[in-house]
Amino acid sequence: MKSAPPLPYWADVILLPVINLLAALLVCGVIIAMLGENPFSALSVMIKGAFVYPSSLGYTLYYTTNFIFTGLAVAIAFHAMMFNIGGEGQAYLGGLGAGLAALWLGADFSPLIVLPVAVIASALFGAAWAFVPGYLQAKRGSHIVITTIMFNFIASSLMVWLLAGPLIQKGQQSPQTPTFDANAFLPKFSELLASVSIDVARSPLNLSFVLALAALVFFWVLVWKTRFGYELRAVGHNQQAAHYAGINVPRVIIITMLISGAFAGLMATNEILGVQHKVLLNFTSGYGFTGIAVALMGRNHPVGIFLASLLFGALFQGGAELDFEFDSITREMVLVIQGMIILFSGALAYMFNRPLSHFLASILNRKQAVNE
Amino acid sequence: MAIKTGKGDVETTSPFAIELQNVCKSFGRVQANRNISLAVENAAIHGIVGENGAGKSTLMNILFGLHSADSGSILIDGKPVEIRSSADAISLGIGMVHQHFMLVPNFTVLENIMLGREGDMLLKDGIASTMRELEELETEYGMQVNPHAKVEDLPVGTRQRIEIIKAIRGGARILILDEPTGVLTPQETDSLFAILRALRARGVTIILITHKLAEIMAITDSVSIIRDGKIVGSRETSKTNSGELAELMVGREVLLRVEKNAASTGETRLSVNGLGLSSNDGQPLLTEITFDLRAGEILGVAGVAGNGQSELMEVFAGMRTFDTGQMEILGDQIDSKHPKHPDSMRKTGLGHIPEDRHQHGLVLNFEASENLVFGFHHTELTGNGLLMDQKSIRSHAETMIERFDVRPANPDLPAKNFSGGNQQKLVIAREMNAEPKVLIVGQPTRGVDIGAIEFIHKQLVALRDKGCAILLVSVELDEILALSDRIMVMNEGRIVGVLDSADATERRIGLMMAGIAKEEAA
Repeated sequence: MKSAPPLPYWADVILLPVINLLAALLVCGVIIAMLGENPFSALSVMIKGAFVYPSSLGYTLYYTTNFIFTGLAVAIAFHAMMFNIGGEGQAYLGGLGAGLAALWLGADFSPLIVLPVAVIASALFGAAWAFVPGYLQAKRGSHIVITTIMFNFIASSLMVWLLAGPLIQKGQQSPQTPTFDANAFLPKFSELLASVSIDVARSPLNLSFVLALAALVFFWVLVWKTRFGYELRAVGHNQQAAHYAGINVPRVIIITMLISGAFAGLMATNEILGVQHKVLLNFTSGYGFTGIAVALMGRNHPVGIFLASLLFGALFQGGAELDFEFDSITREMVLVIQGMIILFSGALAYMFNRPLSHFLASILNRKQAVNE
Repeated sequence: MAIKTGKGDVETTSPFAIELQNVCKSFGRVQANRNISLAVENAAIHGIVGENGAGKSTLMNILFGLHSADSGSILIDGKPVEIRSSADAISLGIGMVHQHFMLVPNFTVLENIMLGREGDMLLKDGIASTMRELEELETEYGMQVNPHAKVEDLPVGTRQRIEIIKAIRGGARILILDEPTGVLTPQETDSLFAILRALRARGVTIILITHKLAEIMAITDSVSIIRDGKIVGSRETSKTNSGELAELMVGREVLLRVEKNAASTGETRLSVNGLGLSSNDGQPLLTEITFDLRAGEILGVAGVAGNGQSELMEVFAGMRTFDTGQMEILGDQIDSKHPKHPDSMRKTGLGHIPEDRHQHGLVLNFEASENLVFGFHHTELTGNGLLMDQKSIRSHAETMIERFDVRPANPDLPAKNFSGGNQQKLVIAREMNAEPKVLIVGQPTRGVDIGAIEFIHKQLVALRDKGCAILLVSVELDEILALSDRIMVMNEGRIVGVLDSADATERRIGLMMAGIAKEEAA
């Protein structure tokens, strides 16, 4: 029984994720080679598709925005040792909040009023949807994983009913709301830059990206600099000790879930206010769930979450390009590649921990021996 | 199967049952054992003492095959052996009784002892042979156990006896006991020692790991002292004394007795009247608890672990509500309808050093500086601004670390990386710094090394002399006797009696801990 020496911090946060990523790419490369395509040209298409082609970067960052919000939602709950799987439903409800605000106020008020209200509404609706599972966990001990999953289904049914019923555009067959008034459109970067005569390719990237960056900073300050963050982490590490220290544990759990839901809800600002300009069925398309992988890979830290979101954004965008360029690589194949990366950097995140730490320890020992 | 114990069964060519030669073991950069050489004679009781983290347990784990040594050799009966797993150790006749018992609580004694040697598909033969062996053990060593009792219903002393039976039933001729008396009453300790003597008489070699010097002096034939992973001395027990051993352990002279003056008590600060508490399934945990605690005194609560002391402390700390009766703490009336939470208790002037620092007292992943404001993170210690004032937290930590001599003196280090004694100093520093009017202290020196024990005891006495009312709960009778002005003994959630420390003897308290009334126990 030889116990591995602990991994240095830099290796844990940089080297290990990179190795995991390379391992995932290696397996994907083998699969692509088995399909009869050249893995290297596939990789190059993916990278070009995500960053190089005109407007590709904009698309990548647009996806990144979604992942930042849902990743933060999962991460904040993680810090309090809760597994919020309900990001999908909370984001869905966030879309409802944004949509209602945009539909009711859009025609009558200026964007300076409509947009902030719509953004806040998306956060509030997301938070409200997370409140019930949070309350049940805090006061009744109902497991948050179970309740948030159930709330995803409830959200889904609720939205089908609303979009096919009360909110449907009159005379329309497809279940979606009318398009908002232009006052409720979150400005796109391409339009903003065009107004100061900088010409960039059109993409769905909009101001919500800035909001996402602000959310990252807010997250960092909240978790590590405030008293509430301190209590939240204490509850996450040791609930009994938190109780001993006089922290109101149920209150911290409920507030954490509210914040988590708010982050998830804010995802709708990108999709609904920035791009679709109407609420439509299943606009969340799995971003809420991918947020779990993003938080896991980003180690629940804003910097990590940003990098992981960028990676997943690039995968989404580059993957679509892959589907486009190669006949034998289908949409499903792209999902397999994404799945591999989630598998290696999430479920198998610590697979290389032991060999790597032994390897590093042996290098260090050799260096010491040379010095002596 | 005959039980293999003693010289008669094995040909011995060496006078030593165990020899360790230059055993080294490191974990990463930490050298847990350096060049340890040790020889234990056949049929002797050999003590190993040392502070926490000195390397005692590592050494024993190497001997039992749980760790492998980096270098060095092990000789059993003069023959070099390789011990790669605990199975190897057992086949060489080494048995180990761990500090935390490895028993299945809802199995009977018989089922536990049989575990791993059930015999055939049907249990019939295994049961028969186990029963036969149990009878043999009973006649040979006087180790009585009821084979059909469920282990979870048995007292700790009996559970330990089952562990010993399991070990020698496996044919052990060498028995390692890791801190065996930590959970025993004095009477149970005595009967353990009687068993160990009987085993020695039959030729079993025993290694006893402990940090209690009194036990070393009482039972061992020889003793080795470990400090910083090295053996700093080996003595024949008859030619040494506790003072010398303590000095060797710590590396400097240690005060084993606590110096204190007579208490000058003041007003009543905590008054409890008929307090009762039941568990969720209706079992009484505390019954009719009535007593007063005055300023300037230390009231010791003695009792075997699990007789209501933990619940009592949690009630006082506001972590648990109670069902009946009432208490008055620093002028505030509290009963089941008017509970008080830990936060407001702390604000009224109550300090609480919890008995389990890992579960309650600290957040192990938090840095030392964060732990030093734990529970006080809404006070001026963390500044007045919207954000926590990192500078103020850090400078507070530096002050505390210096005043309470926490080592290493690094406020950024997570609490989990400190030794037990230094973790405890973090808790004590935090709670004492608030200058509490009432202090609830649970097991203040559990898992704390002897140098730190001295320090902690001094701090408690100094706080008492400043007029703090201290309730001290400890399973270490020595500690209770050394520090308390009055001693309250608990059994099954009731107060058996309260003694003045002048009237208290170890024997008397031991009997009261078993539930015998104060007058009869005189």
